[in-house]
Amino acid sequence: MTAVQEPKLTTFDDNDQKPVGYGRMLRKEDPRLLRGRGRFTDDVQLPGMLHLAILRSPFAHARIVGIDTSAAEAAPGVRAVVTGAALAEQGLAWMPTLSNDVQAVLATDKVRFQGQEVAFVVADDRYQARDALELIDVEYDVLEPVVDVRKALEPDAPLIRDDLEGKTNNHCFDWETGDKDETDAVFARADVVVSTDVVYPRVHPAPMETCGAVADFDAVEGKLRLWSTTQAPHAHRTLYAIVAGLPEHKIQVIAPDIGGGFGNKVPIYPGYVCAIVASIVTGKPVKWMEDRSENLISTGFARDYIMRGEIAATRDGKILGIRTNVLADHGAFNGTAAPVKYPAGFFGVFTGSYDLEAAYCKMTAVYTNKAPGGVAYACSFRITEAVYLVERIVDTLAYELGMDPAELRLKNFIKPEQFPYTTKTGWVYDSGNYEPTMRLAMDMAGYADLRKEQEVKRANGELMGIGIAFFTEAVGAGPRKNMDILGLGMADGCELRVHPTGKAVVRLSVKTQGQGHETTFAQIVAEEIGIPPADIEVVHGDTDNTPFGLGTYGSRSTPVSGAAAALVARKVRDKAQIIASAMLEVTVADLEWEKGRFQVKGDPGKSVTIQDIAMRAHGAGDLPEGIEGGLEAQICYNPSNLTYPHGAYICVVDIDPGTAQVKVRRFIAVDDCGTRINPMIIEGQVHGGLTDGVGMALMEMIAFDEDGNCLGASLMDYLIPTSLEVPDWETGYTVTPSPHHPIGAKGVGESATVGSPPAIVNAVVDALKPFGVRHADMPLTPSRVWDAMRGQATPPI
Amino acid sequence: MQVTMTVNDVEVTREIEGRLLLVHFLRDHLGLTGTHWGCDTSNCGTCVVWLDGEPVKSCTVLAAMAGGHEVRTVEGLAKGAELDPIQEGFRQCHGLQCGFCTPGMMMTCRALLDKNPDPTDAEIREAISGQICRCTGYSTIIRSVRWASVHEAAAKQEEVAQA
Repeated sequence: MTAVQEPKLTTFDDNDQKPVGYGRMLRKEDPRLLRGRGRFTDDVQLPGMLHLAILRSPFAHARIVGIDTSAAEAAPGVRAVVTGAALAEQGLAWMPTLSNDVQAVLATDKVRFQGQEVAFVVADDRYQARDALELIDVEYDVLEPVVDVRKALEPDAPLIRDDLEGKTNNHCFDWETGDKDETDAVFARADVVVSTDVVYPRVHPAPMETCGAVADFDAVEGKLRLWSTTQAPHAHRTLYAIVAGLPEHKIQVIAPDIGGGFGNKVPIYPGYVCAIVASIVTGKPVKWMEDRSENLISTGFARDYIMRGEIAATRDGKILGIRTNVLADHGAFNGTAAPVKYPAGFFGVFTGSYDLEAAYCKMTAVYTNKAPGGVAYACSFRITEAVYLVERIVDTLAYELGMDPAELRLKNFIKPEQFPYTTKTGWVYDSGNYEPTMRLAMDMAGYADLRKEQEVKRANGELMGIGIAFFTEAVGAGPRKNMDILGLGMADGCELRVHPTGKAVVRLSVKTQGQGHETTFAQIVAEEIGIPPADIEVVHGDTDNTPFGLGTYGSRSTPVSGAAAALVARKVRDKAQIIASAMLEVTVADLEWEKGRFQVKGDPGKSVTIQDIAMRAHGAGDLPEGIEGGLEAQICYNPSNLTYPHGAYICVVDIDPGTAQVKVRRFIAVDDCGTRINPMIIEGQVHGGLTDGVGMALMEMIAFDEDGNCLGASLMDYLIPTSLEVPDWETGYTVTPSPHHPIGAKGVGESATVGSPPAIVNAVVDALKPFGVRHADMPLTPSRVWDAMRGQATPPI
Repeated sequence: MQVTMTVNDVEVTREIEGRLLLVHFLRDHLGLTGTHWGCDTSNCGTCVVWLDGEPVKSCTVLAAMAGGHEVRTVEGLAKGAELDPIQEGFRQCHGLQCGFCTPGMMMTCRALLDKNPDPTDAEIREAISGQICRCTGYSTIIRSVRWASVHEAAAKQEEVAQA
């Protein structure tokens, strides 16, 4: 079922709606945040709290010859100075990454990227801790770094991971998907084959709040309380138990308010472990809060894929196959945060939204002397890279065939009757209806008129471009039969408790970083059980007070935890129905549910509200036989499949021919995320992702010089869009519910980050058509566009 | 050294180091944690407060420089239970998501409306262009300021009518 609706701009009057269930509702979390009463990790102040600062490597690759900490230890206010050697004595110098690799907590033998953690200082205040870092004397024997990913596997390349036994080269892993022979055969008989080399440069999520933690170890209780910037508090608790050897029931991880995550706060960073060690060593609470440069140079980066994309088609524009070869830069440690059986994340969806005959991908991943990471920045486990690749090469095919890129896409879409659709790489798309979404975007944009305008402008020597991208996402990881992180299945628990007065508390395993869970989840429960959202408290981000689950990333909260919330509410409602039948002295079958009450069929005047039932469940008097008191339930939801949202994006750019400056004039985004819970929040998620797209397409890149120095180490060098670089976003939507999700919802948090970069790049390349430009890599800064205009486009790495 | 300043209409005196940044003075010494610290280099604007009514980036102001001056932070925006119209605008128009940049954004936007009660969208964009939001994409922040502008104008008209 697809309902195509006209986009509706937000008007002030809409704010009065207070739905018992889905609809535009103001956020429950806002009052505290608006008053400066949010509680972020750096806001946590505990009595006697000390401050930790980390000494980082100035070199990308160097052997540590010796470390002298004596001057630092003698500095004012310093309580402890700890090096890798000291951690090694406790077996804590190395920790597992989320990809079954290991990463140094503090370097013992070598430093392997600039910014790597070498030692830490604990002092009475943060200024003293920073001062003492200057007094630590580290002697390095500088080694040749591996910076150029293309040279990482050359026989004479310096060996980075000599800590791994038997390791003789910088190979990280190989991965392939699809059928090579079938794909080669399709390519051999195709009328047209187009090949394009595409780079998705290294970028960084750079949330406004950097990473940090406050560790408070109570030696008497043997209990560790850790406030930290984590998107996955439960997974972190289990990993701390494994790393630090603390019993899991003695670890409480609290994720307070989080100032944006975007995947940057999924991994466990050495700083968190250092804070824990420091609290154990000093017997005091210890705060570690990284600064912006530390965040940019050492925490989880994103992308860094070099891709060769090939597309095969008939002369009349039927796409037959896609073949791709990828070189992936994973940095010094493989810290990718993805399901373990998916080392390339969900890159396998690179066939996009098109019905093909064959597809194949071969990937090689390598180590380099750069920071670890790879899966972050709202990438839906590498779907950003996959969608960018397919949407770029489809555009190059349109160029080659002389076809309109919208027409080419419409011709090749998977048809609605083909769903559920199994791709040539084995992904089962649950539902989709692509053409209405595409048509709506074209209508909103006034596509035909835009093309006419472009024709006139081109005749006048003006550079105007129109870019299209159509994406299908795969979110909501995931079915536990094949998705886990370090052995932890990707299912999520949810607990709902209705109090005697009919108010409720719902406890989640996922954790908001700004997505509005406290509102959305109250609405999901409200829709099912009829208690107003204002009467439902949402508890999350505290492992002692919420059920186990894997956390918020990969747009998984609504697909997984949202399903859990709906189902737990239905479970409570089922029990409420039995109690209601006793209260009304009818059979369960005689009752029907009207939101918020059970009434007798054919006699709606005879009814009890959920609040009446809650009091009865807790009150005096007998309950039906076999029914326990109380009105609560807990479940753990294991999704049967991912959900597959889709969207059509159209971007209009103007390029100044004199300065090569790209201006995004308009951006039209039509998203289909299935059932819509709170349209205001969905629109906000889309706007944020579109802005990310402008950043990646035009501005952002974490670059390195030949010595491995990070050139994007501050917000003066790593450019993020401000209000002046982005247009007023134009959004619309269609609704194609997920058939397997209990309320038909799909995730939306990352759709726009996935879909917008190719739309912008396609627009820029389209604008440069008069120069014969077929491709230019991100970031499309004025100098890179200028080069492209002169036929000198070069890859950024 | 000793520093005395007025913060949100209350005079405070503290013994501090000369190098202490205003953002850390407010957060760590006064416990006013609504003002955030995001970059060190004056690029992000999460730390914006008012110094004598002008928005400044408190990561780039020494606490000592604020001595003898008036500082206002996000905690000083609401009047008791009543939100300032700019706060209400952000709430009504979804001008915030994670809420980390929000205090600084609101301080800048409040200062804009005090000088220019009916700004154009371009003027609002210009005013907040020294600050970064990673969540909203700015459109809803523009709407939030418009909401405050429209509602303040209406409230003033009402006052005039009643007078």
